[in-house]
Amino acid sequence: MEEVCARFVSQKISKARWRPLPGAALQPPDLFATGSWDNEDNRVSVWSVGDAGSAGLNGEYQGEPQLLCDIRHDGDVMDMQFLDQERIVVASSTGSVTVFRHHQNNQTLSANHRWENAHYHADQYTACGGAACTGVICNNPEIVTVGEDGRINLFRADQKEAVRTIDNADSSTLHAVTFLRTTEILTVNSIGQLKIWDFRQQRNEPAQIFSLTGDRVPLHCVDRHPSQQHIVATGGQDGMLSIWDIRQGTMPVSLLNAHEAEMWEVHFHPSNPDHLFTCSEDGSLWHWDTSTDVSEKPSFLHQGGRSTAYISHSTINQSVVSAWLSNDPTKDRMEITNLIPNQTLSVNTLDVLGPCLVYGTDAEAIYVNRQLFA
Amino acid sequence: RNGAQSEVPAGTKGSVGTAPFRSAAGPPPTGAACVFVVRRDQDIYMETLRKLFNESHGIFVGLQRCEEERAARARNAQLVQVSKNYRSVIRACMEDMHQAASNSAFFFQVSILSAMELIWNLCEILFVEAAPAGPLLLRLLDWVQLHICDVDNMVREVLSSENPSKHKLFWNVVDIFVLQGRMDEARHLLSKEAIANPTSMKMYKILDDLMKKMPLGNTQTLTEMELKWQHWHEECQRYLQDGTFASNSHMESICKILLGDENAILEKKELMTTWYHFLVTRLLYSHPTVKPMELRFYAQSSMDMFLGEESSPEPLDTILMAAFEFELHQVIKECSVALSNWWFVAHLTDLLDHCKLLQSHNLYFGSNMREFLLLEYASGLFSHHSLWQLGVDYFDHCPEYGRVYLELHIERIPLNTEQKALKVLRICEQRQMHEQVRSICKIMAMKALRNNRLGSALSWSIRAKDAAFATLISDRFLKDYCERGCFSDLDLIDNLGPSMLLSDRLTFLGKYREFHRLYGEKRFSEAARLLLMLMTAHIAPCSFWMTLLTDALPLLEQKEVIFSAEQTYELMRCLEDLTAGKLDRQKFQDDDVETMKVEMLRLALARNLARVIVKEGTLEGS
Repeated sequence: MEEVCARFVSQKISKARWRPLPGAALQPPDLFATGSWDNEDNRVSVWSVGDAGSAGLNGEYQGEPQLLCDIRHDGDVMDMQFLDQERIVVASSTGSVTVFRHHQNNQTLSANHRWENAHYHADQYTACGGAACTGVICNNPEIVTVGEDGRINLFRADQKEAVRTIDNADSSTLHAVTFLRTTEILTVNSIGQLKIWDFRQQRNEPAQIFSLTGDRVPLHCVDRHPSQQHIVATGGQDGMLSIWDIRQGTMPVSLLNAHEAEMWEVHFHPSNPDHLFTCSEDGSLWHWDTSTDVSEKPSFLHQGGRSTAYISHSTINQSVVSAWLSNDPTKDRMEITNLIPNQTLSVNTLDVLGPCLVYGTDAEAIYVNRQLFA
Repeated sequence: RNGAQSEVPAGTKGSVGTAPFRSAAGPPPTGAACVFVVRRDQDIYMETLRKLFNESHGIFVGLQRCEEERAARARNAQLVQVSKNYRSVIRACMEDMHQAASNSAFFFQVSILSAMELIWNLCEILFVEAAPAGPLLLRLLDWVQLHICDVDNMVREVLSSENPSKHKLFWNVVDIFVLQGRMDEARHLLSKEAIANPTSMKMYKILDDLMKKMPLGNTQTLTEMELKWQHWHEECQRYLQDGTFASNSHMESICKILLGDENAILEKKELMTTWYHFLVTRLLYSHPTVKPMELRFYAQSSMDMFLGEESSPEPLDTILMAAFEFELHQVIKECSVALSNWWFVAHLTDLLDHCKLLQSHNLYFGSNMREFLLLEYASGLFSHHSLWQLGVDYFDHCPEYGRVYLELHIERIPLNTEQKALKVLRICEQRQMHEQVRSICKIMAMKALRNNRLGSALSWSIRAKDAAFATLISDRFLKDYCERGCFSDLDLIDNLGPSMLLSDRLTFLGKYREFHRLYGEKRFSEAARLLLMLMTAHIAPCSFWMTLLTDALPLLEQKEVIFSAEQTYELMRCLEDLTAGKLDRQKFQDDDVETMKVEMLRLALARNLARVIVKEGTLEGS
């Protein structure tokens, strides 16, 4: 975990995303996009890492991220997702959603398509300010967006109008969205609810609603387990990480006291789902590792590592194998590591793919770690 | 907006209205009214400087937070490291600027940064490290070597030529090496001359020997050093007087320089380029064991000798002179005047304060200089649309006025998205600034309410624990219900959870909805109990009682008896309370619908009472 390259970029980074790897690619990702916020002139930028083609002395790719190209963006970048190898969908604080295309041959970015008023407050005459588009998720060619106006939009990349719009889907702000299955999405809102929406149903009601126990703390981020689709993780405003099993009950399975401030993003590692990453306003980035082999060892023999913690669970019937849902005290040993030694300002975003981690902060810096599991 | 940006003359720091502003787009057409955008602190908008601000913020916070080492020497080393970090940040910024663009604005900025680093370096040597006599000179030599860059170009040129000793700049390079005390490099070059010119071999050997024997270095005590130096000086003197170097003017002048002959040194004015270089060379060859406090005399005389009659000292010269004179406050004051941004003085003063060098020099409004400068710098940051987040940490470390400044500034940050509002709120909550939390949440809740986002509005009032606003929202819901006959945003009301207890009205809303739900599920007796409780426990507002009683009607009219006798009496009492109150107020209003409702209620209650008395009086079973 020592090889972290930092680069100060003179803009506060709100989102960073790795470009997805094509098919069965074996090499690590080498390109990522970032979006800025709180600037008069916000930019969406594309960066490359590592020497293209030449390895260092021991085969490791070193060096700061290099800026390939950037383009002006109207409003703060609220969320960003790669639609495919070349197109990036960006959600803006003005309520519009833009698809940018990255031209590889001459390394430029251009705006391919824009849905101008994807999110807005209903009565334009009495509306007080615009409604930001807070979350976007893609499953080529479909794009789903959610916003402060409580609206859910389903777009197709090549179509001008929205395929489906659910007005007033929520009476509060929708903070994040992710795909559950190809026709179902998960949203989280600012009154602590996790909702499943099924696009096959015609009525504009959620298929299911889950709530936090206790205080209805707003939820800011959501992610689904890559292989076991019933396991969902959400992060809340009080920094709490909640693990849900959506097949049963309406309450979370585990509540893990994590950060001291808002948790902005939570990600399961796409190929090693025993690893989870969260970042927060308090300036820390945590790596949650349930992969440690703890099967039959008594607790005192287990080598601790940096900080091991017991998790408090509410009892749920378990027939699942996943460590995230398990309830056995001797089994559920989780290693939690803070990857940032000197934390100052908020870590707004993180993305993880293969052995590489990228994260961006309000201290106007991007950090890349290309040896996550070394 | 951009057309009216103007150049602020260096020295003014964005004071509104006093400096004359000229529109960059030319004079306005006559008769047209113009609005000039006044920008405070022009510098912070330069993108290349943002890196400087961010990195130095990290260093600043690290310095405030790091634990003080006990031992003085360790503490000193710690502070010197911090100073070096600051300087490397300045240098990195200069590098970036060099590479970034080549227009004149950048050259100007690069030269300013270079001057800042020069001054900071000197302050580090004299104040932070507080080098004693002996090492002091060595540090000053390093300082001079670091900041006169032309030497490297010249050296490269000479060394890369075919016949270095015949190069026209050859003796210049040797001279500059000698002037900077770089004996080994000078000797290396001289050897090339000796090889090329065998006739001067004897002279060269003597000179080389002298240069080799020159006492430098801090491995000995001061007295030892002085003794050795005295011997060496006399030896040089002898060789010169013997006329050993008479045939080669270059070597002779080098020997004179070694002897500290001021005129000989001054002849090389063009090579040294600055009076402080002259000062250091002079000290090297006449007073190598100079004490820090003695510097001022030599500095003043060096500057006078070097500049002579023609030129007057520039701002940079004045600052450096103040530093040599150990007038800390003067240094800071001069820098404040000369530079257009508070960054430099704020960070330098903070560092010096950590070295415990600034007495509490109280300014007339009570705070000390360090705090004053930090407050000014941070206020400048707050005027920037993005850098305000850095300013927060600076205010945190101003013990007297920091909190007040922060409270005032943070309320004025424009909150255009919810996410930004959340970040600002978190800052306020971490510092227990409850007023600001309430105020921000109210603003956001009001915005949400206007946009008809009732759930968002409720979420904001829960965060601020604002009962009054929660009541307002509940009233909105209830109003909607009365108008439309059904609830909007059921997902919110059904899932209020513990937040229901925030305000009475909200509790009522939740419970009322629960009543409807129970009724829908045909759990009539529970619904009835709940309804009654809402009225008798005074959870329901008086205005709503009529609606509640009307809701009771279908329950009263059910085939099965739901309300017990007790409950029916309670209902009747409520009705009487309601009508009694109304009679007083509405004597002249003859509302038919209302009176009919009351009539129907009375009838239903009476009928129910009749049935329930019979039912309760009947024996079960048998």
